[in-house]
This record gives sequence, C-alpha cells and structure tokens, in this order.
Amino acid sequence: MPLVKGGKITDDAFVHVADGAELPAGGSVLVSAARFLENPEALFARSGKVGVTWPNNRDVDDVVPYLDRLGAVALVFPTFRDGRAYSQARLLRERYLYRGELRATGQVLRDQFVFMLRAGFDAFEVKKPADAEAFAQTVRRYSVFYQPTGDGRLTALHRRMQLRHSESAGL
Amino acid sequence: MTSPLEQKKIRIAGPSIVTANRTWDGAVIYRTSGQGWSADLADAAIVRTNDDARALLAESVADDLGAVGAYIAPVEITDGGRIEPGNLRELIRRSGVTIGLPGQRISLPLQV
Amino acid sequence: MYTYDEIDRTLVNERVADFRDQVRRRLSGELTEDEFKMLRLQNGVYLQLHAYMFRVAIPYGTLSSKQLRRLAHVARRYDRGYGHFTTRQNIQFNWIKLAELPDALADLAEVGIHSMQTSGNNTRNVTSDQWAGVAPGEIEDPRIWSEILRQYTTLHPEFSFLPRKFKFAITASAHDRAAIKIHDIGLRLHKNEADETGFEVLVGGGLGRTPFIAKTIRPFVHGRDLLSYVEAIMRVYNQYGRRDNIYKARIKILVHELGIEKFATEVEEEWQQMRDGALKLDEEVVEDIRSRFFYPSYEKLPHMPEELRKAARDPKFEAWRTNSVFPHKAQGYAIVTISLKPVGGPPGDATADQMDAIADLADKYSFGEIRVGHEQNLALPHVARRDLPDLWKALDKLGLATPNVNLISDIIACPGLDYCSLANARSIPIAQELTRRFANHDIANLIGRLHINISGCINACGHHHVGHIGILGVEKNGEEVYQITIGGRADEQAELGTLIGPGVKFDEVADVIEDIVEAYLALRARPDELFIDTVKRLGVEPFRERVYATR
Repeated sequence: MPLVKGGKITDDAFVHVADGAELPAGGSVLVSAARFLENPEALFARSGKVGVTWPNNRDVDDVVPYLDRLGAVALVFPTFRDGRAYSQARLLRERYLYRGELRATGQVLRDQFVFMLRAGFDAFEVKKPADAEAFAQTVRRYSVFYQPTGDGRLTALHRRMQLRHSESAGL
Repeated sequence: MTSPLEQKKIRIAGPSIVTANRTWDGAVIYRTSGQGWSADLADAAIVRTNDDARALLAESVADDLGAVGAYIAPVEITDGGRIEPGNLRELIRRSGVTIGLPGQRISLPLQV
Repeated sequence: MYTYDEIDRTLVNERVADFRDQVRRRLSGELTEDEFKMLRLQNGVYLQLHAYMFRVAIPYGTLSSKQLRRLAHVARRYDRGYGHFTTRQNIQFNWIKLAELPDALADLAEVGIHSMQTSGNNTRNVTSDQWAGVAPGEIEDPRIWSEILRQYTTLHPEFSFLPRKFKFAITASAHDRAAIKIHDIGLRLHKNEADETGFEVLVGGGLGRTPFIAKTIRPFVHGRDLLSYVEAIMRVYNQYGRRDNIYKARIKILVHELGIEKFATEVEEEWQQMRDGALKLDEEVVEDIRSRFFYPSYEKLPHMPEELRKAARDPKFEAWRTNSVFPHKAQGYAIVTISLKPVGGPPGDATADQMDAIADLADKYSFGEIRVGHEQNLALPHVARRDLPDLWKALDKLGLATPNVNLISDIIACPGLDYCSLANARSIPIAQELTRRFANHDIANLIGRLHINISGCINACGHHHVGHIGILGVEKNGEEVYQITIGGRADEQAELGTLIGPGVKFDEVADVIEDIVEAYLALRARPDELFIDTVKRLGVEPFRERVYATR
C-alpha cells in the first residue's frame, strides 16, 4: 500500500508492528495505542522514532502528553464513511498544536484527499496505487473553501473581505 | 413490499427472479440465465430454491459494472408459462407509476 | 435572493468537474458501487424503483426566475418533463440517467444551482420560512443566516462523513413556518433584552422510526457565535453519535441517550475552547452576506387599489384571494401562494411548462423571485395588490389557482411506493383520492385549516408524525395498510400525533378521513375552532369511536 507524503509517493520510514510481535532492532515503528501506553518510555528509549496508531473511538486526550516526542500519529478510517478521525485530526492540529506527521490509515480513497488535507493530515496510506498516483492532481480539484481549518487557507468569506478592501482602496 | 434493501437472509417463498437497475441509466433490468441482463421480465431466469436464489444473486451482484442494487423478487407464473410480477412493488417497477404523470389526464390502470 | 459571486460559482463548477470524474470512474469500473454510492449521494443522486432520482438544492427555498427556467430545462432535457418539490424545499427529478447527470449539473451550475449534500451522511439543505424577508413582524431575514450556515456547512472537511444525515432549519417569526422543532438543529432568531440578534438553539428533533421534538440546548447564542456553537454541537455528534446501527445514528438518539443536560454540558465544554477562534463572525462578514441579498424597491401603493375593488365582484377571484393571498410587510403588496395541489393531481409536482410560466409571472409580478415552501407549494413573495386579478387569471389558466392552501386538500405527501425504493405503500393515490373527496371548496372552507401529511414508510419524509391528520403506509401480508394519527403539529407548538386505532386498507382510507372530519364538525365548539384545537380539547377518543364504531 503506497504511502503518500509531501504530495507524492514515498518510502515509508515507519514499520507497522502488530501487538505481540517483536519490535525490530532499530528504525521507526508504528504501534497500537494500547501497546504504546503500556510503556511509552521504553519505546522512546529505542533508536528510531515512535509513532502510535490511535483508534477512532478513543478521545485523543490520552495521547496529548506525548505529542512533542512522537514521530507520527496515525488515525484510522475503518471505512471511508466513518468520519471520526477528521475531528481527531483537527483537534490534534488546531487545539493541541501537534506538528509531527499525521497519517491517514484504513480505507483511504482518492475522493477524501482534499477533506483529509484540510483536516490536517499530511501522510496517507492510500488503498489503491492508482489513487496514490493521482494525488497531486486530485488535490488541485478545489480552490474554494468556505470554512477555516488549521490549514491556513484563506476562506471564501475572508477572500471577499480582501477583495472588498482592495476595491474600495482603488487598487 | 417491505423494502428488499432490508433482505438479509435469503428465503424465497416461491418462484423468484433477480432484478436490479442498469448502472448507466437506472432502467429496471432482470437477470437472465445467460449471465446477462434484460429489460424484459420475460427473459428473467427463474429460481425455485434458496440455494439457487443465493447463487443467482451472488453472480448478479458481482456484475458491479452493469447493474446496481440487485435483489431477489417474487414472481408468479401463469398457466401459460408467462412471468408476472409477484407483488405490487415489482408491478410498479415494470409498469411505471400507478398515478397519472403531471400533465397527463389518464391514470395507468392498476390490477393487483 | 442571494447573488453568487465568482467565489461561489467557482466552487460549484469545481464540484461539477469532480463529480463528472467520479461518474466516469464509476462507468469505467474504476470505482465500485460500494465506493461510488456515498459520492453520488453527496451529489443528491438516489437509486429508486424505476430509475435514479436527482435531488437539487434550493437553498432556503429561494429561486430566481432564471433558475426556475433552468429547472424546467432540466426536466425537459434530462427527465420526463416535470419535477417534484419536497418537504425540505428542494426539487426532485425522478427519471434521470447517471451518464447524463454531469451535463445536467453543468447546466444548473450556470445559474448557480447545485445538488451538493442533498443526500448522504452530511449536512443537508438549510431550510427556512418561505416568507422570509417579506413576512410582517419578522425580526430579521433568516435567509442571511441560512446562507452563512449554508456556506459554512458546504464541503466541511470535518463533517462530511457523519454518523447520519443532519438537517438545519431557521425561523425568524413568531409563527414557525420552517418546522424547526423537527430538525437536528433548529434555530429561532430573536433579540435578547439588550436588543442583540441571536438564536435560541434547539437540538435533536427528527421524525422517522423514533420521532422526537427538538429540545432547547441554549436559549440564546449571539449571532457572532452561531458558527462556533454549531461546530461544537457537530463535533460532539461526529465523535459520539452511534455508528453501529443506522436506526440509532441521528443526533436525536444521542441527545435522548445522554439527556439534554449532559449533552449541553459536552457541547459547552467543547465550545468554550473555540468560541473566540476563527469562526467568530464579525459584523463586516455578516453585512457582506446581507448586502448580496436582493430586496426590491417597493412603490408606495394603496392597500385597496381600484383593480382589486372591481375584481372583488367575481366570486371565483374572491375565493382564491381570501385563500391564497397573504399580508406583506410593505403596504400595497401581498404574498401569493401558488397551490401545487390540484384536485386529482400528485401533490407538489409541476410540469416544465408550468415552471416556465411561473418564471414569467414572477418576472412580471414578483420582481423575478419565487419561493418553495416545505408544504410543497410555491409562493410569489412580492406581488402588488393591484396585480392580483391579472395574476389570478394567468394562474387559473395554468391550473395553479386551486384555492385550497392550508385546507384539507392541501396535502403534504412523500412520493411513496410509486417512486421510492424505501417505501412500503403508495401515498400519492391516497392524496389524489382525498383531494377528490374534498374538492368542493365550500366544504373545504367549512372544515377550515387542516393539514394532512402522508408518508409511504416509516422514514416519514411526508412528516406524517406532525400532521393534524397523519397517514402512514405500512405493509401487512403483501397488502398496503395505513395507520392514522391525529393531533400532530409542526409549528412552534410542535407535537407528535396520536394513533387512533388499527391500520386500515388502501380503499378505506378516504372513508376514514371523512369520518374523522364528520366527527370534528359535530364536536367543534364553534365554527372557528380549528380541527387541531378540537383534538387538543377533546383528545383522540371521540374520533377513535367514530371511526372504528362500524369497522
């Protein structure tokens, strides 16, 4: 399953490690929330970064204390129709100011890329190779956004205000 | 006429067919015995056991490109061997609405 | 109405291009139906019994004549020459082909019409009072706020995959014509003691399998806090609404299971953390939206012009005028309701020809503006009273002047089993028969205001729970059977109706309604005691007796 980051398909620096499986000797790992919380310090003590896959039916409050040390937070879309991770993403980015990698996993399809980017995701485990290849083109589909999210894009309301001000200033 | 969208267990009560809507235009279609679809009820493949119904439905659903929303529907077979819709819902699907369309003065006759 | 600018138009066009690509990928097999279904629903495309159904948004029920003509064009070019106006102020086309939808959408986009989010588990059309902007005594035009909400909820990245659909309605008048109490979020615009504009916010209304009347979560939210407060509600719902069972997934269930106090606390906690953020609306932004709404320059006209005085001698005209014409905030003007409930006709339908004709009449008599009401009638909001006689003559020729507005034959009905794949029974033929039984206008007027609502299944798109008389079609042993309720209402005194007894067969429904009406006429305290008030006074028992005595 291709990983898209920075707008294109890239190698994945992280390895998913299943519960109960041994951690590799080195390198960055993604582990489940349960495993992480059992002993976060031991994980941070390894060489390589630590990432945690946070379930979509659990408040992000419990991961907040670790945000500045985590290399990645992966959120889950069990089906693309289950949109809980969008709220989690926005909270992590906008309320808790998380700046690390925020990864979308699960059923990640082309038609949700724009929503995901706007919610703050910057890495995507894309289900279909064809979708991964079309990432750059897909995210150019929309240029108008009505709502403010943490992505810093100017909303329609404020673009209008800008236009109005420049008109009245005779520019 | 309980919506067949709620069908979970497949248990037929008599001769049945599989019907769906054609993907590109939504027209009503019926699964034939030749692994295809026809807009004519007369061409529909008839199943009489739960297993056969399940198999016909599975093969229909697998044709995701040609048809959407396939389900099993009851039919009646006349003495002359003609296939007729087995309930009001299927009658409406085959014949169209039971009311006059706006602008028409005639109402379609309804025989159940 | 609201004038789209370059920015609004760009989004609609981008959406059309997006959907065109999605349809292409579906028809080429790149997308399975399972992947495509939610995408097509997000563009208002359903699969129905005979064909796809296409639901087009009419934001807060306001249309320009140009837009109405384009809807007529779509009906002609892509459908079978007619459309159906719905209980959420939208329009539906019943015979549309998937392959042609992108073109239909492109045609609509040219006049600023779209179908975004008219279906799917997202936020739907924000509906409002069809008399917004012209009703006497209205506090402020609720459509300004409806438009602010519309933009805020359109393609919202956080709330496009909710547990279930989500509906808003706004009212700004003492009499609620928008039925806010049966919406997921209902907003009552009013002013507080400091004369500031704000909203009473209600949550958790909705009909269907488990009907609920909405409860007040906050008596006053200042206008500037509207969006942040709504975001708080939606975030709580998105995270905690049930996703395991589609029948328990609406916010009304969450509110019911938590209780309104606990729910309000959760929302308050969330809101306190974001109320001063980017969603705070400043005056300038609200004014900008307000400035893009068109309001006519009304002339100074007499209340009783000569044309009207003369026409009053015509009893047919008078019958229509006293029924379908309503007071306007500007002197010399009127709001005209156009009944789409002709005797024997399917309620809420209009042919392409009728739509074009209404567009012409709107240009001539209503500053080019038309409204759609949730009771499935249209309205012309700015008619000079001196033009009423000419307008009536034209409407009468078109079959659009049935003087039955708010009367027993002004029936609200869902499409039912004739069209809808969710239905268990037909609703339209029931409505047609009832209009025939009560075709006599003297009798209808004698009965007075009486709202009949008919739904063909428990999803209640006909709002039967809140009808004065509600009719619900069910299926029993392969037959269509109808359960009758009485005493419901959808306005500011919203209430769910009460079942009067066991279901009755298709052929008996009209007889039962006649019996109920007879009972009412015999029991009412005075000729002007409305049916709904007689039911309130006496309860269901006397009606139950009358109906089931011989059944």
